[in-house]
Amino acid sequence: MSNASTIVLNARALERTVARMADEIVERADGTDGLVLVGIQRRGVQLADRIAAMILAHEHVAVPRGALDITLYRDDLQTVGPRPIVGKTELPWELDGKIVCIVDDVLYTGRTIRAALDELADFGRPARIMLAVLIDRGGRELPIHADVTGRLVEVPKGGRVDVCVTELDGTDEVTMVLSGEHA
Amino acid sequence: MTAPLGKDLLGLEHLTAGQITMILDTAEPLREISERTIKKVPTLRGATVVNLFYEASTRTRTSFEFAEKRMSADTVNIAIASSSVSKGETLVDTAKNLEAMRIDMVVIRHQSSGAAQFLAERIESNVINAGDGTHEHPTQGLLDLLTLRQRFGTLQGKRVCICGDVLHSRVARSNIWGLTKLGAEVAVCGPRSLLPTAIEEFGVTVFDRIEQAIEWADALNVLRLQLERMQAGYIPSLREYNRVFGVTRERLDRAPRDVLILHPGPMNRGVEIDSDVADGPHSVILDQVTNGVAVRMAVLYLLAGNTPALAEAAKGGDR
Amino acid sequence: MASHPDILLKGGRLVDPSSNLDTAGDLLVRDGKIESVGGSIAAPDGATVIECAGQVVAPGFIDVHCHLREPGREDVETILTGARAAAAGGFSAVCAMPNTDPVTDNQAAVGFVLKQGRAANAARVYPYGAITIGQRGERLAEFGEMIGAGAVAVSDDGKPVVSAQMMRTALEYARTFGIPVADHCEDPTLAAGGAMNEGFLSARLGLKGIPAEAEEIMAIRDILLARLTGGHVHLCHMSTKGSLELIRWGKERGIRVTAEACPHHLSLTEDEVEGYNTHAKMNPPLRSLADVEAVQQAVKDGTIDVIATDHAPHHNDEKEREFSDAPNGIVGLETALAVNITWLVRSQIITLGTLVDRMSCAPARIFGLAGGTLRRGAVADITVFDPDKAWTVDAARFLTKGRNSPYVGKTLHGLVGCTLVDGRIVFQRKG
Repeated sequence: MSNASTIVLNARALERTVARMADEIVERADGTDGLVLVGIQRRGVQLADRIAAMILAHEHVAVPRGALDITLYRDDLQTVGPRPIVGKTELPWELDGKIVCIVDDVLYTGRTIRAALDELADFGRPARIMLAVLIDRGGRELPIHADVTGRLVEVPKGGRVDVCVTELDGTDEVTMVLSGEHA
Repeated sequence: MTAPLGKDLLGLEHLTAGQITMILDTAEPLREISERTIKKVPTLRGATVVNLFYEASTRTRTSFEFAEKRMSADTVNIAIASSSVSKGETLVDTAKNLEAMRIDMVVIRHQSSGAAQFLAERIESNVINAGDGTHEHPTQGLLDLLTLRQRFGTLQGKRVCICGDVLHSRVARSNIWGLTKLGAEVAVCGPRSLLPTAIEEFGVTVFDRIEQAIEWADALNVLRLQLERMQAGYIPSLREYNRVFGVTRERLDRAPRDVLILHPGPMNRGVEIDSDVADGPHSVILDQVTNGVAVRMAVLYLLAGNTPALAEAAKGGDR
Repeated sequence: MASHPDILLKGGRLVDPSSNLDTAGDLLVRDGKIESVGGSIAAPDGATVIECAGQVVAPGFIDVHCHLREPGREDVETILTGARAAAAGGFSAVCAMPNTDPVTDNQAAVGFVLKQGRAANAARVYPYGAITIGQRGERLAEFGEMIGAGAVAVSDDGKPVVSAQMMRTALEYARTFGIPVADHCEDPTLAAGGAMNEGFLSARLGLKGIPAEAEEIMAIRDILLARLTGGHVHLCHMSTKGSLELIRWGKERGIRVTAEACPHHLSLTEDEVEGYNTHAKMNPPLRSLADVEAVQQAVKDGTIDVIATDHAPHHNDEKEREFSDAPNGIVGLETALAVNITWLVRSQIITLGTLVDRMSCAPARIFGLAGGTLRRGAVADITVFDPDKAWTVDAARFLTKGRNSPYVGKTLHGLVGCTLVDGRIVFQRKG
């Protein structure tokens, strides 16, 4: 089991944060015209679904959603062990001229977002790309920043942040785990 | 936890059901890449892949080439024309030369059974068997499995009959291994002179008549009948073969259910399969071709990660 | 000719079925002959004494089927290296098959092989003559001339005698000279292109198989022709259960058929081929477990008269290739005794006495050769071996030039200590 884990966001707090993020995204996009949400596999997809639901509730607009799997664009495939499983990529429409909001659960080194940007470039040329993340834990290795952040969390050396969503993990919760084993 | 594939893909006989499923599960999401405008992902950028074809083959080679290029690998095609008279360089020397050129992966098709294993034992590069003699053609088997799985949802309990010259068919063998491991019921149908004497030991049902096979099956995998078989005396004539064993519209219409039709290609229209069947509503032959590229991309992806050094490296990646 | 010193083989277990001998005792060799055998013998002055405690003293083995490759393929074996390898395996004599290049189908060629054999000064080398000129199956070779030059039998081995008419004629003609006609039993149309035994394994590996019937069809043909002609047919390297049943049938009817089996066919199954191991590829191929067990029983009940090696060296380059392209054949002179002891004697299928009969007494008797006995006055062709000594096969230490053996790395029991030919030591293990 985990050593010394703290709950960063419980289910209710997570819901509030996602609601605020949804409003911020619409604000930054100056409305919902041309806005598309692209969730990064895996939990970014569920978060994008939630955000879209919030936008539907607040703005009464169904914003298009896509899923992006970045495994094939990772820059560390040569050093990681057994091949990671490749998930589904589904972007059902043209990206040219759109405002794409990438949604992911945790922003850390920035390499995942770098891969996502490369992959999106293979699909088209959006007018604008912005980034919304539930948790920003710092530790960037590339010049990437989030436009919309749920919560800024400082994680001590060796620790990690785990995001759980009901659809995949049975519960809505964000926990920080210190040193070593994760739950 | 499914064991990784190892350095090479030589056949399906020694893979577990879990490993086969892993390859199919990897191929599924990769199909989408061939639908993009820019049909490329950078995954194998910088990797050198040699297509070493001792037997002429347009379709398999181009399918591999597309798969390699769509993964951004650098591809080199070597077509070796050799007869029993002019053998040219031995396989041993070819292996040594490839090793010296630091090739990352070799896709080999060869007329001798066991040639892929022979090569794999002598070089460190990944070796993918694209067909060795009458032994195995694993990527063909895999794409057939993927095609069936897409249509049926699962292979468990499905009845698949392989029709034709099983004796000389590496596609048949790979299919038999893959299908039985994934829980399908397998049968073969063809003239006894074109079935191995020990065929029952493969755990398959044998139908002597195509009508019986059609009545039983959920899907037929129709093998190409080669002209040489007639010349070698295994069957009296191609015409007789079509009359007695051909998969025709009339025969399929009498089937109790819709039977899916597969064919590894290239087809001898009017011999083992009639055109109206090959082009008909239950034919998934073109799906097989599409799936072929995805399956080969999946195999390249999964093998490229398998060197002993990588197996030691830390799991997972940073975000 | 200066006489050689006497040799006293002291304290061994003397085993010779031809003289009903299986007892501890000494053996004295003088002037190339067995001077005295059994009991305790005092060493004469100047005699070489060889301590044989814990070892068996038997008549030297005689291999009636081996390939020495000279003339033509001296790169893979010469009569010299082959004869030395034979001596190291306990053989005091070998019969060399004539499928050389050029084929040994005439008097001069036979003389050449004999001459090279004498020069080798190791195991005796008896040449086979070919049955047909060039082994092409068209015209009979000159049996009389070849035998006059020293050939001891005829064979087209390597190939079958395809024409029944030709085989009939050969058997009839050979009767004149009282020699056996040795046939390699293989129906060429059934076996064509085959690389291993036909069965489930060949189907799995995608290799063309050779059905047992390819051998059995020719075996019964030869047995019937022997019946027709009254000639003596010797069936080479019998490998299938069916063949052995047919040989029994023939012998029961008094037909003059003798048969040989090879150590590999009484020890290894086709499973050795798994992984496309070319060192397990030979013709006839390794067969099923049922066949192996049938061969073992046939050696026991005498349906198989002799065990012969079919020693067939090949260059590593030739074997190091795709399975279907690799040539057939494995070496066997230096492993035959140990394989036979390990699979037949230690498993108590046959006694040591029976083994000595199949490897020495019977070959001498059937082919009319000297040796094969420890009787007083017989030529001193003797082998001394330790039946229990365990050793691991290491091809690098073979005296034969060939390295193609499926037993490499296996631990076997039975090691030759020394071999005498004509009362001279032609092999002695150091240490």
